[in-house]
Amino acid sequence: MISDKFYKYLGISGSSFLCIMGGAILIIVASNTLLNSDHPLHVSSYVVTLLGKYLCYAILAISIDLVWGYCGVLSLGHGAFFALGGYAMGMHLMREIGPRGVYGNPVLPDFMVFLNWKELPWYWYGFDMFWFAILMAVVAPALLAYIFGWLAFRSRVTGVYLSIMTQALTFALLLAFYRNDMGFGGNNGLTDFKDVLGFNIQENRTRLVLFVISGLVLMITFMFSKILVDSKYGKALIAIRDSESRVRFLGYRVEHYKLFIWTLSAGLAGIAGALYVPQVGIINPSEFSPANSIEAVLWVAVGGRGTLIGPVLGAILVNGSKTILTSAFPEVWLFTLGAIFIFVTIFLPKGIMGLFNRSNRKSNASGISKIAGLRKIFIFDGKKDG
Amino acid sequence: MADRKDTVLYLDNISVSFDGFKAINHLSLYITRGELRAIIGPNGAGKTTMMDIITGKTKPDTGTLLFNGNIDLKKLDEVSIAELGIGRKFQKPTIFENQTVYDNILLSLDNPRGVIANLGYVTTKSTSDKIDELLEIIRLTKYKNLEGSNLSHGQKQWLEIGMLLAQDPDVLLVDEPAAGMTDAETADTAKLLINIAKTKSVIVVEHDMEFIRALNSKVTVLHEGAVLAEGSLDQVSKNQEVIDVYLGR
Amino acid sequence: MKRCRLYKSLFIGLLLSCFINTHLLADTLNDTINSLAKGGFKERAKVIGLMSRLNDDRILNSLEALSAGKLYFRKNNKQVIILKKEDNKYYAKDPVTKSNLGVVQKKQFKKIRVNNRLRRQIKLTLSSLKLRASSPKDRILAATNILKTIDKSALKAIQSQLLIEKNKSVRKAMIAARASVILFNNSSNAKQIQSINILMKYGGREARSVLTRFLSSANPRVKKITENAIKTIDVSLQRWTFIQNVWYGLSLGSVLLLAAIGLAITFGVMGVINMAHGEMVMIGAYTTFVVQDLIKANFSHLFEYSLAFSIPLAFIVSGLVGIAIERGVIRYLYGRPLETLLATWGISLVLQQTVRSLFGPTNQEVSSPEFMSGAFQVGQMTITYNRLYIIFFAVFILLILLILIKKSSFGLQMRAVTQNRLMARSMGIRSDWVDALTFGLGSGIAGIAGVALSQIENVSPNLGQAYIIDSFMVVVFGGVGNLWGTLVGAMTLGVANKFLEPFAGAVLAKIMVLIFIILFIQKRPRGMFALKGRAIE
Ligand SMILES: Nc1ncnc2c1ncn2[C@@H]1O[C@H](COP(=O)(O)OP(=O)(O)OP(=O)(O)O)[C@@H](O)[C@H]1O
Ligand SMILES: [Mg+2]
Repeated sequence: MISDKFYKYLGISGSSFLCIMGGAILIIVASNTLLNSDHPLHVSSYVVTLLGKYLCYAILAISIDLVWGYCGVLSLGHGAFFALGGYAMGMHLMREIGPRGVYGNPVLPDFMVFLNWKELPWYWYGFDMFWFAILMAVVAPALLAYIFGWLAFRSRVTGVYLSIMTQALTFALLLAFYRNDMGFGGNNGLTDFKDVLGFNIQENRTRLVLFVISGLVLMITFMFSKILVDSKYGKALIAIRDSESRVRFLGYRVEHYKLFIWTLSAGLAGIAGALYVPQVGIINPSEFSPANSIEAVLWVAVGGRGTLIGPVLGAILVNGSKTILTSAFPEVWLFTLGAIFIFVTIFLPKGIMGLFNRSNRKSNASGISKIAGLRKIFIFDGKKDG
Repeated sequence: MADRKDTVLYLDNISVSFDGFKAINHLSLYITRGELRAIIGPNGAGKTTMMDIITGKTKPDTGTLLFNGNIDLKKLDEVSIAELGIGRKFQKPTIFENQTVYDNILLSLDNPRGVIANLGYVTTKSTSDKIDELLEIIRLTKYKNLEGSNLSHGQKQWLEIGMLLAQDPDVLLVDEPAAGMTDAETADTAKLLINIAKTKSVIVVEHDMEFIRALNSKVTVLHEGAVLAEGSLDQVSKNQEVIDVYLGR
Repeated sequence: MKRCRLYKSLFIGLLLSCFINTHLLADTLNDTINSLAKGGFKERAKVIGLMSRLNDDRILNSLEALSAGKLYFRKNNKQVIILKKEDNKYYAKDPVTKSNLGVVQKKQFKKIRVNNRLRRQIKLTLSSLKLRASSPKDRILAATNILKTIDKSALKAIQSQLLIEKNKSVRKAMIAARASVILFNNSSNAKQIQSINILMKYGGREARSVLTRFLSSANPRVKKITENAIKTIDVSLQRWTFIQNVWYGLSLGSVLLLAAIGLAITFGVMGVINMAHGEMVMIGAYTTFVVQDLIKANFSHLFEYSLAFSIPLAFIVSGLVGIAIERGVIRYLYGRPLETLLATWGISLVLQQTVRSLFGPTNQEVSSPEFMSGAFQVGQMTITYNRLYIIFFAVFILLILLILIKKSSFGLQMRAVTQNRLMARSMGIRSDWVDALTFGLGSGIAGIAGVALSQIENVSPNLGQAYIIDSFMVVVFGGVGNLWGTLVGAMTLGVANKFLEPFAGAVLAKIMVLIFIILFIQKRPRGMFALKGRAIE
């Protein structure tokens, strides 16, 4: 029964994608826990954490795709929302260290003691509670996005103007977070975490659980986004992407539509950041660097924007090759990255998913009458019959 | 002239210029409730610009612009004007190319436009019936699930007319609907508009004289951003000035 | 009586110095310095006395080295040299010519020792020598030094120098220096008040600190006057700070302008957003570096003129790279601005990494030619030549560009193509070539900006990145497609930045400017001097 419902909402591609992902996660968990470490199919904890990181990137990629692929707003600042979520989580993990820091102060994190601070700044209050930190990981980026978006969309700043503004936004935050007196650890950021919810953050079991949680959140994000973009709201969003002024003449408040998805997407990026930090064990201002944000956009472009599988695929593929290349030939990576940017925009404007789509199109051309009955294979044009 | 109270659209002494070029020059035009009005004029006369002004796309430099006699359209943006019930078909058909014919109509239907309303929107039977009915009118039932980009020019014209109908506005501004249509389709369009004008106000811009004749309505001739002549088609086509600048060529 | 003797000795000194100055060759100077190696402290005192009368700037060096204990002589031939220790190696330097004599063994040398009496004598000699230095700039520096330290021992030297000093600004500095000494010399109230007035008129931070130091020892009446004088100085200092801020702002603005002009063409005129614009600037800076290196190695006599080669070369190199980018990538992306943005970002990564592989990731230093180094003083404000020239240069480039666009046939074709491509093409304009050349022009100007930047900043592969957001802001702020707007935008942002800095710190100032622009775009999405009409839509 449930599978029927799933199928109804997600279509063939969506549900099979979810099944494959769920299966892959299960296999990885099994191989990590059940197989001996010298078994050739054993997945080490190092790799598990690495994959967990990719999953967080995939969530970030979906959040970028929601605004870019479905609403035409190219954000070069989503790294900022990701980092803000990360900082919220990092602040909680800092508080959880408690008196085990180098200076043994039960309340103040080490870097504050080092800076001779006597009291916890007000904006650190509440972060000793996990639920509060999680809430903030969503609310802080969403609020920032809301304010920024309210200003930008209201005055109809679009296209590259908006993109550069978002880049300036993350750049400004980069500068701000480098400052020691901001109270976020300055240059070094937040690190040396001990526990998360009482579990040792270094331990393999904790890492495995974090990996699984990331996977689950990604799957939920995927389902949720799928339902969102298939709703009438999502259709209006695509209409805005393709012909913004036409939608206005139909009487839609375009700025509200944009603001909603923009804020939502920022919150989503924040969640990704919050999941990311306990797995990598550090959050510092470099996460705000414009280069990071624009690289995340590339994942979406590689996978195929305006689809939901694309960003996930792109995030995992690009980051996988990054991991391999930077360790094997560190000099070559930036060349490769640059080349991917150029190649994808010129030769693969629809990304990898576009390749599948094209073959799909050909079959469409053969007979229009068939189309009504044809179940489409991929999400981006998997329309349900009315 | 006409009493402001009776008019649906009241344009008085409107002027607009682009970089010094006067596209609309002291234009005055009054449309009453339930009126069908045809507007003709040579290229560049300012017909489309006039529609831009009414729908809020272009702001006039000077003049009065009222809806229903008391609502100042100059102060409103495109969305508010659309919400008041002024709908428009563009000269160059602008539909949503990446969405199906069905979705194009669905998005245009006169339903709540808010974010929340559309997040939880569920298509009811009556809605889909209404869409089917509209699709029948615009002869696109067969292409219901085809993406807009695959339609021909004429089909796109029809789809845009369908979108305008779906919007169900009180005032319809229709810019060159017949371009790209067959003669039979043109005649049908004229009939359709006459039918609509029984309850709504309609402004049509066209170059096709057969079409204008079929509308059998009051005609306004625009030239260089101002009204050159007004009256029945027979009256204006006898007007020497009109012959000189438009019809005679 | 006393004065009489002073005159006499001065007269003799003057005579001597004239005599010696004209006849003393480097050899004699060397001989004198070498004679420091002979005899004990008494003989040394005599030699120093002799040296002070030589009136030759070149002996400053050896005297300073002597008092710092860095003057040595070679044990075998008694040749005097300066020894410098660096990385556990000893380098010898000629005390007269300052030329390097290479690495030496310390064992072969012996230090020329000095006692406290000699040190005092050297100090006096040095300060009077410096007051007599041949360049007015150095003399002012010496006087200011005395003012700062209230060096009472220098009083005599100042007074004697004042008798012969002709240069006005040097005189002013010396009189102020003398006033500071007199102020602290237990003089009469009248004299103190006179000195305070002199210092007040002289103004500046140094005079102010002399006066504040004096406050504690002044009697009530004089104290009042001193306080008033300090207030007066404060007012004028504030005015100067204001002017200084404007100056710094204009200087920053001119750098922004240079970086933004190119962007104003590629983005403003062509509508192409080039994220590799900063890298065009960087390439220009590296071209300067390479040109300078080549000239240094092969034609060192041309070194002063290296910029004259760098500017056209940087224009050509960056311009060619720009044309290559346009032909190779951007032309496939016209009408798709967001894709252009991503592709050019990719290009910027490739260019950065290329330069990093070729030249290494570290900073390269580009030295400025003589005419661009140094500074001059306007009131309380120091103006460095390099920044001054860059302001002129930036405005000059802007004007050239304006003329090119408005008057030349290429400019006409450029405008035609950007306004109506099809029409232009049908009139026989090769629109693809115009596109390439326009893009090349914008990039080439970015390269020229790189030459200017290399004069005030270190050259590194990341040089350009810092400028892309800033220059974009300038173009947006000034109004897209309007070069005058770019000028005003650059200067406004530069000045705003520098005025915010003292209150908010450099980083916060930058953030505030960014926020300001975001808010500004609310009011005027198309910038200050936006064009109207269909052309820009
Ligand atoms: N935004 C604008 N900027 C500059 N000029 C404009 C703008 N809008 C309209 N114009 C000019 O105003 C004049 C009137 O244009 P308009 O499109 O209204 O003509 P029209 O009567 O609709 O002609 P056609 O029958 O060819 O559609 C034209 O010369 C056009 O170039
Ligand atoms: Mg028209």
